[in-house]
Amino acid sequence: MQIALFVACYNDTLFPQTGIAVTHVLERLGHTVTFPMQQTCCGQMHYNTGFHQEAVPIVRRFVQTFADAEVVCVPSSSCVAMMREHYEMIAEAANDASFLADVRALLPRIFEFSELLVKHLGVEDVGAAFPHRVAYHPSCHSARVLHLGETPLRLLRAVRDLTLVTIPNNDQCCGFGGTFAVKNADVSGAMLAEKQASILSTPAEVVTAVDNSCLMHIYGGLHRAGSGVRTLHLAEILAAQGGVQ
Amino acid sequence: MSIRVGKTAKAPDFPAAAKVALQDQQLRKNVHHATDVIRNKRALRVQEMDDWQELRQAAHEIKEHTLAHLDHYLQEFERNCTAAGGTVHWARDADEANAIAIGLIQQYGGDEVIKVKTMTSDEVQMNVALEAKGIMAHETDLADMIVQLGHDEPSHIVVPALHRNRFEIRDIFSKKMGLPDLTADPEDLAAAARSYLRDRFLRVNLGISGANFAIAETGSVCVVESEGNGRMCVTLPDVLITLVGIEKLIPAFEDLEVFLQLLPRSATGERMNPYNSLWTGVHAGDGPKEFHVILLDNGRTQLLASKMERETLDCIRCGACLNACPVYRETGGHAYGSIYSGPIGAILSPQLNSLEHSRSLPYASSLCGACYEVCPVKINIPEILIHLRGRVVHDDQQTLSGNLSQMNLAMKGAALVFGSRRRYEAAQRLGRMGQLLFKRNGQLEHLPGMAGGWTRYRDLRALPQQTFREWWKQRQATAPAPESEAR
Amino acid sequence: MTPATSAREAILARIRAALPADRAPEPESITRTYKRAGNLPREACLDLLLDRLTDYESEILHVADESGLPAAIAQALQNAGETRLLADAAFPAAWLPAGVDVVIDRNLSIEAMNGIPAVVTTCEAAAASTGTILLVHHGAQGRRAITLLPDHHICLLHRSQVHELVPEALAAIAEHRGEPITTISGPSATSDIEMTRIRGVHGPRNLTVILYGAI
Repeated sequence: MQIALFVACYNDTLFPQTGIAVTHVLERLGHTVTFPMQQTCCGQMHYNTGFHQEAVPIVRRFVQTFADAEVVCVPSSSCVAMMREHYEMIAEAANDASFLADVRALLPRIFEFSELLVKHLGVEDVGAAFPHRVAYHPSCHSARVLHLGETPLRLLRAVRDLTLVTIPNNDQCCGFGGTFAVKNADVSGAMLAEKQASILSTPAEVVTAVDNSCLMHIYGGLHRAGSGVRTLHLAEILAAQGGVQ
Repeated sequence: MSIRVGKTAKAPDFPAAAKVALQDQQLRKNVHHATDVIRNKRALRVQEMDDWQELRQAAHEIKEHTLAHLDHYLQEFERNCTAAGGTVHWARDADEANAIAIGLIQQYGGDEVIKVKTMTSDEVQMNVALEAKGIMAHETDLADMIVQLGHDEPSHIVVPALHRNRFEIRDIFSKKMGLPDLTADPEDLAAAARSYLRDRFLRVNLGISGANFAIAETGSVCVVESEGNGRMCVTLPDVLITLVGIEKLIPAFEDLEVFLQLLPRSATGERMNPYNSLWTGVHAGDGPKEFHVILLDNGRTQLLASKMERETLDCIRCGACLNACPVYRETGGHAYGSIYSGPIGAILSPQLNSLEHSRSLPYASSLCGACYEVCPVKINIPEILIHLRGRVVHDDQQTLSGNLSQMNLAMKGAALVFGSRRRYEAAQRLGRMGQLLFKRNGQLEHLPGMAGGWTRYRDLRALPQQTFREWWKQRQATAPAPESEAR
Repeated sequence: MTPATSAREAILARIRAALPADRAPEPESITRTYKRAGNLPREACLDLLLDRLTDYESEILHVADESGLPAAIAQALQNAGETRLLADAAFPAAWLPAGVDVVIDRNLSIEAMNGIPAVVTTCEAAAASTGTILLVHHGAQGRRAITLLPDHHICLLHRSQVHELVPEALAAIAEHRGEPITTISGPSATSDIEMTRIRGVHGPRNLTVILYGAI
């Protein structure tokens, strides 16, 4: 299958290894990955912060860039949530019938990475090996908007030598929240402290998630605390094929 | 018109107020404990309901339908309540509502009233208005008493004194009730409240209540409570004044079967609260001889025109969103600077205020969606928060200072960058260069301006030496590519 | 226009201006797919009620039929160490126990009612799933104040009055929807102190339910 990768602006710039891992995993499974160079951002940061007008051209660009894609893979559940929750509304508000039609045609072809593997490609074992204790953080968008449920866990359980650990109160938000992390830095920091305490109460060596946004925030706290606990996007664990990373 | 929502006009911005609240370890501990307890109780009571989602859907539809026909139902209520011997008054704003109440009390010739919990009266600051006219308003809910005697402010919709632990309550009661030997045992505290209030219940002839529901079909009012003070206030006095926000209307008696199942489980994690009182106008030989309803607008009609904003008025004041909210959990209610705090407060306060006050509240959220999950009437709070942020940004962009703010400039800049591949890739390279100012040991430290909020609490890895697209381009260049991308 | 009517007109005008003009005045159909009818057999339904009442720490007494009521009421009073009992004038005299000082409510003052330790009434219906007793304040159910001021409420519940679900119980009393109604689910309580549920702030602290009659 030809899979178009929308890597997400912050992954492109800050977490290229996630996009690299996604590419390796999909190729390992025999698919062809394409990367439309015109892609930039999904518009979530602007839209969620209230910059609704400014978000429109960003959304249009995404829809145009991927208009002909058979399938779009997005290793960021918050971006997919943005698309599913707001793209139609944005196109409707723009009073542009063909824009709306394009959005409606494209949405069913967009998948978050773990959704793509399990629900669309029907794969749980991607041939990965990762001999570490790993805790899964269910990001709010992945749980409450995408309803991923067990999907990422099924993938993790199929990874050889991986020990899955559960974080207590894992449905509680980590406190990232996009621009919330700086606009309300103090509360964000307090929420992070609780999440950190929950993580450190487990024997986890690595925290993983389907969103680098949460992981960037969680890493920020765990690293400052000198905890030694690492963060890795789910794709990077699935790309691993043994040996300590 | 003087729309007033508690003390929102003078409240500090949420980030500033939150910073103060976060220093109060006792408060945070109390709030953690209380919200954990109710949240778990609620979860238990909701799990045992097979038709919980169906009840939520029905409640949502009933409320949406009522609001879409609000004039019809308000008039039906007025007709039926009047026919049953009640008097219906209409108040456009806080001052009008207070003036009506004062007028009625003065007409009767009293200078004391007993009150059962009503957030609506806090919204219009009725106690302050009454006291200015020499009328003493005695709160009779245990928590409202704790707040009143402690010269404090409520911090939660359902459990207003949740920020106080038993020792703090003991101190307040012991001082104000003259009980030096009072222990901090909750049973003793409740007993102290019981005797303190009993005399008032038996003696004071004027009562003020709110209403959880006003039923159009019958002209009835319903008060949902636990302690029994509500029953005291609506049954024993000669004159009863009930303050009702216009959004409290429901069409028919039958609709209670939905709300009376959702509200107790959501609010206090009980299958049913101890007492619900329903009455219609005046009942001969049973209860008050005079009954007055004050229907209150105070900004609510502003929310009706937009379907999304109107949904805010579906709220039945259960407080479940507060208990689920990870932000409220850290700060408690005072930080919101409004009688309506937590997620519902973050959308209701600004809108009642026409976005003139409480403007920072729509941003007091990480948009995690926990509130929407637990809301018994399915208010899509995260969606409304984003909508209100859009209104705030739009308003700010009409001013010079708004246009020049860090956030606005950054967002406009980012939009430009995202609008072109060339600019985007240039910005990535620029970021890699510019970070050198802040880079130490592979980390970015002490970022300037708004970004400093990040590094105050978190480390930040430096930008990697190669972006994903640079890796991809390199790979394409070295490997044989069957198809080239002509985009 | 007086200020009063102008406020009314102003509010109604604002509402009409805000809402779409083409609104049907008849209620649209609401999706009522929640449970409106129970499916428990009668015995199980009754057991459910008893479970809930026990959970609320209510005292429960059982008698076969009306003839057992006087003794049961006397028992409830004895258990609580009470010798005075308040009742509405419409309360069946044949059900009142002997040897108890019965005060009939003929427009008693608040102080007088407050001084009587116990009250006995019938009720209109009960909802088993929530352990709720519904009073419609007429006849032997008495006016509202009599079940409010005494500290001990003895409530007679006929087994046929027990419904499984809240919608069923409310439907059973719906013909009385314009009368004063009180629902009681356990004795008064508060959770305002550190979320610990404490009994008995203002309403009756003790509730006795006496079940009688065929199921």
